[in-house]
Amino acid sequence: MDAAAALKDLTEVSRQIEGAVLARLDGTLLASSFDDERGSRVAGAALELLRAADASAASTGRAALGEVVVRLDQGGVFVVRSGERLVAAVTGAEPTVGLVLYDLKTCLRLAEEEKPARPARKSAARRSPAKRPPATSTGRKKPRKGPDA
Amino acid sequence: MRKALVWTLLAGAAGAVVWRRAGGPPGEQVQLLFDDGSSVALGADHEEAERLLPLARDVVAAARSGT
Repeated sequence: MDAAAALKDLTEVSRQIEGAVLARLDGTLLASSFDDERGSRVAGAALELLRAADASAASTGRAALGEVVVRLDQGGVFVVRSGERLVAAVTGAEPTVGLVLYDLKTCLRLAEEEKPARPARKSAARRSPAKRPPATSTGRKKPRKGPDA
Repeated sequence: MRKALVWTLLAGAAGAVVWRRAGGPPGEQVQLLFDDGSSVALGADHEEAERLLPLARDVVAAARSGT
């Protein structure tokens, strides 16, 4: 799944999330639920938060920092990192932290499953019929409904 | 009358100190979650949280700008 589709799934599935961005750790915006300009600003601010949190975490002597969750009076901020990517989301006040984190990790995992462009398919005649997937299967799971759905 | 005003001001100042020591606005908090499954929660009065909370507010402001 590409980054845009993974993020679209995220914002459809998680009603607590007001908006989210997927970006590389160098700041490159991969996908955003905002317009591009606002998405870049959100990604930049989230990256700055993650770097500052990294510096704070370094003093604790623990394992690598994977997630930052900030509860503010005006809402929640979530930043989850995996490999060279991060997903950041803004929620309303009093979010269900575990649920939002689960959805963000799922989004990152789906985005990481993005494959490079496939080589041209072999012709149907050369493929073994036994290996062909059933015509009706889409390979997609039904989207999970939120708790308040 | 003047005595009541002084007591009100003193009570307000004491309340402000208690509120500040309790971590500012209720509920503001930073959680750092590590890859080994451990986590640290920093109240708003924590030195590191005081650094991180404004950055988180910047994220919210950027997300909600123009809405």
